[in-house]
Amino acid sequence: MEKYVLKVIDLSAGYSGNWVVKNVSMDVPHNKAIAIMGPSGCGKSTFIRCINRMHEVVPGASVKGKILLEGEDIFEMHPVKLRRRVGMVFQRPNPFPTMNIYDNVLAGYILNGIKLKKEEKDRIVEQSLKNAFLWDEVKASLYKKGTFLSGGQQQRLCIARSLAMNPNILLLDEPTSALDPKAQAMIEELITELKKTVTIILVTHNRAQAARVSDYTAFMFLGEIIEFDDTAKMFTAPKDKRTEEYLTGKFG
Amino acid sequence: MRDNTGIRLLKDRVFKSIIIIFSFAVIIPLGLILFGIVKNGISAINWDLFTKLPTPPGEAGGGILNSIVGSLILILIAVLLSVPFGIMLGIFLSENKGRFADVLGILVNTLQGVPSIVIGIVAYLWVVKPLGGFSALSGGIALGIMMLPIVIKSTEETLKLIPFSLKEAALGLGASYVRTMFKVVLPAGFSGILSGILLGIARIAGETAPLLFTAFGNPYLNLNIFKPVDSLPLVIFNYSMSPYDDWHRIAWGASFVLVVMVLVLNIIARLRIWRNMS
Repeated sequence: MEKYVLKVIDLSAGYSGNWVVKNVSMDVPHNKAIAIMGPSGCGKSTFIRCINRMHEVVPGASVKGKILLEGEDIFEMHPVKLRRRVGMVFQRPNPFPTMNIYDNVLAGYILNGIKLKKEEKDRIVEQSLKNAFLWDEVKASLYKKGTFLSGGQQQRLCIARSLAMNPNILLLDEPTSALDPKAQAMIEELITELKKTVTIILVTHNRAQAARVSDYTAFMFLGEIIEFDDTAKMFTAPKDKRTEEYLTGKFG
Repeated sequence: MRDNTGIRLLKDRVFKSIIIIFSFAVIIPLGLILFGIVKNGISAINWDLFTKLPTPPGEAGGGILNSIVGSLILILIAVLLSVPFGIMLGIFLSENKGRFADVLGILVNTLQGVPSIVIGIVAYLWVVKPLGGFSALSGGIALGIMMLPIVIKSTEETLKLIPFSLKEAALGLGASYVRTMFKVVLPAGFSGILSGILLGIARIAGETAPLLFTAFGNPYLNLNIFKPVDSLPLVIFNYSMSPYDDWHRIAWGASFVLVVMVLVLNIIARLRIWRNMS
């Protein structure tokens, strides 16, 4: 097994020739939570959207450099296959409005035309919802529309939907910024639990959240990774002056 | 300083009254049309009208079964033609920007403005002449062309309102673009697209001009799409021009049936659109 689940080598990405992410390199170990923090517009979302090649969906997007997922170059893989191994949860909960909760969890299989037996489906739905701390709340209403749930529940449903595909990596793009503090706390607790089995890369502009849930933290500024280190180390003794200024709230 | 609040309030009231009066004035013609059709048409409505074929002039009774069936055949052909093409083009226009899409958009708008009689002539040249005779197929094609821009526009407008985050969610799960469009985006816009189709049907159900030299009309019941068929607007046109009172009565009855059908389609479509927006 590769030592790192993900190796990012000299990655740059941008839109219409304007580089938003500049020469970023990063090694991500297995089953850890990595937080990427930085001020708005520093390129952190663009960066993680490169990891499952969602960046390319935007017209005019460009990317150079290399990303290796367990040794395989992701830019040589088919995006469809890559995205089954690298799940993504977005800022705003986006369950499919035409599907019920049960089908929402299985959406990855349904949309890819993968046929499953009924027992297998039941097992995946129950397991994924349990893993996303949502099972007890929805087990009585699995056949109701997912859009009837609260914001926090919808976001956990989206996490369950990603987990159902058994990804190697789960990308979370500011997953709590549209939620209330209670729902936020629940998602954070969930992240700490999930990282036992899946590598998590979390984009956040909430410094406290990065400190609470992550093992490693990267600080991004103007498209570059200024510092990437053990979270405890970075928050107590940042090496770079800009990191210190960001952490103490001088900007961003 | 002079206090002119009284005058201002008066102006307000006058303006408001004018708006209300004009609004009602607009409704008056519609009300008169509906009243005339109901008054004259309701007496012609009976079971025979829907189940019997026309009788020769002078003979009492008879119905418009041939026209009702003919109209349904024409609408079915038009829907089968315009819905697949219309939805595809609607998807293309909502998904793509650029010069080609702009030009296509302008062409669709132009098609919407083409007079129906011209579309009839085109269908005559393209279908009636090569096939060697008037047919339900040619009429259906003419109506399908008329319905096409309505389906395209409603699909485009509906899909533009579907949040990008839904597409993102599907793509992020590893769904291909085709599956994302057909299993997530289109179902999310189903209601709006269906409303567009219903409005399109309501629009073409009353078209007469393009049918004059395509579907042509037929006093007998016909289910063969390569033979002429009758339609509700055609029977209204032909019978109201005739000198026979019996036929006039049937023309009123057919008008009533047609108006009720169009009204119901419109109401269903509008209700769906309202429900979608709330």
